[in-house]
Amino acid sequence: MHPLLERLQSQFGDNILETTEGRDMPVALCKKDVALKVLQFLRDDPEMDFNLLTDLSAVDYLNFPVKKVQRYEVVYHLHSLDKGHRLRLKVPVGAADLNVDTAISLWKTANWLEREVWDMYGIQFKGHPNLKRILNHIEFEGHPLRKDYPIEKRQVLTVNDSLMDEMDKRLKEKGLK
Amino acid sequence: MQRINELHPVNQDFEPEFYQDLHTDLMFLNLGPSHPASHGTLRTLVALDGETIMSAVCEIGYLHRGFEKTAENRTYDQVIPYTDRLNYVSAIMNNVGFAKAVEALIGVEITPRCMGLRVIVSELMRIVDHLVCIGANLVDIGALTNFWYLFNKREQLYDILDKLTGARLTNSFTRIGGLARDTYPGFEDEVLHVLKEFEIAVLDVLKLVARNKIFLSRTQGVGIISQADALSYGFTGPCLRATGIPYDLRKEFPYYGYENYQFEVPVGEVGDTYDRIMVRFEEITQSIKIVRQALKVLPGGPINSDDKRVSLPPKDQTYVNIEGLINHFKHIYEGIKIPPGEFYDATEAANGELGFYIVSDGSGNPYRVRCRPPCFTIFSAYPDLIEGGLIADAIATLGSINIIAGELER
Repeated sequence: MHPLLERLQSQFGDNILETTEGRDMPVALCKKDVALKVLQFLRDDPEMDFNLLTDLSAVDYLNFPVKKVQRYEVVYHLHSLDKGHRLRLKVPVGAADLNVDTAISLWKTANWLEREVWDMYGIQFKGHPNLKRILNHIEFEGHPLRKDYPIEKRQVLTVNDSLMDEMDKRLKEKGLK
Repeated sequence: MQRINELHPVNQDFEPEFYQDLHTDLMFLNLGPSHPASHGTLRTLVALDGETIMSAVCEIGYLHRGFEKTAENRTYDQVIPYTDRLNYVSAIMNNVGFAKAVEALIGVEITPRCMGLRVIVSELMRIVDHLVCIGANLVDIGALTNFWYLFNKREQLYDILDKLTGARLTNSFTRIGGLARDTYPGFEDEVLHVLKEFEIAVLDVLKLVARNKIFLSRTQGVGIISQADALSYGFTGPCLRATGIPYDLRKEFPYYGYENYQFEVPVGEVGDTYDRIMVRFEEITQSIKIVRQALKVLPGGPINSDDKRVSLPPKDQTYVNIEGLINHFKHIYEGIKIPPGEFYDATEAANGELGFYIVSDGSGNPYRVRCRPPCFTIFSAYPDLIEGGLIADAIATLGSINIIAGELER
């Protein structure tokens, strides 16, 4: 087994559901409840040292030929610039309890990436300060990258986003309001 | 107010009491979405105190076209024209990025000539991307002449690409396992000629800006981001290198024989607008070096892999024998069948790490295509970059992080 995966497995035991050595990078599946702890460990452990969250996305396995236990997987691509290794962490999420802890406290870039996953898949990120749509219009209904969202569906969208809700939050953060 | 006093000492003649009765409040102003200085359709709502930006929030999505959803409903070959529209300034780099990810997922080897040509065209596109970025950025801060110097030369390269690929901007030049077509006679000489022109353009512009006091004071110390913040925000490419981290995928995970070319990775010191522009200038020079070396060692031979899984059979096979016809027919109608699996592959595009995460379910269409655009993570730091500065600084900063709405919003 890959040394990174071995270390991860020894640290978290049963919470790591599955490990595989992909052709591109080692892959680990972990339980939803410990996802944030695993990410924190991956970032802070000196041997792991994943300082860059390259990408955060999700996959909807609704029509996938091989049945998965959960419908969605949130996928984190991590990268260590100093050590030069990468790792893919996948967190299965079911439709009944569609949420993961936010990773904003670890990487600031998680803010927009998580907003995009919420926008496209409807997966909630617990603790996210501003979980609103990012690529789609505020009036948009549904989550377009879900496999049951028909590609030819059209929606009429008219309202402008004043952005004042976000602005108010930010002004309060800065003590200007 | 304090900052204005620093910048304009005249104001300090007034007693502070002068302002006390003045009722001041934050003013809200939209920068964009539709304005030449917003480089595409990017909207930023700013809260202003005088001309100082106290707080900013962004809205994106005006150019969202559902690239990822569309890709799930096309064959792998049909996705390539859509990748042109990601970063439309350097379209071929996106073609290469996607084709490389799919080839890696199947495990197909491409021919040495194809690798060489992909390197040459990618580096030419990188040069063009940087020329456009620098040219537009300088226009934003009032230096119009440079724009003509840079864009004229860019047009010369587009003439070559026109002949090579049949299109100026949206080239769709790669195919899975190869390229759309081979070079035409005289290609190498024309490229060598245009490289010289690029060098002239870079020198001309540097003469105008390198010791220009207005340029220096408009860019130095403007839009600074620290190394720690840049990493936290997932910066890659020239914007990360401007903070002093010498990280380049062409060096870290070399592909297409980049390890055989001599080139350096330029870095900045403080991560401000000036560093970002200068890193791009130096990258143009380094890319010119790479293209020259690659042209020297460009091998002959076929450009398309002879792997039947990915390449169309030659036309004399298609028209004459039944196996060729079936192969052609299945390839076009059903697409390339890729065994189930997943793969993440990244290339160093002009703006940074362009990644494609592809999940295949064994059919001819990708099950999931995730495009990791370099702009998206960079633009999420934009409010942090501009807060505390003046509006004019925000415009200079926006130009230097080179946001391309096509790949930002997909």
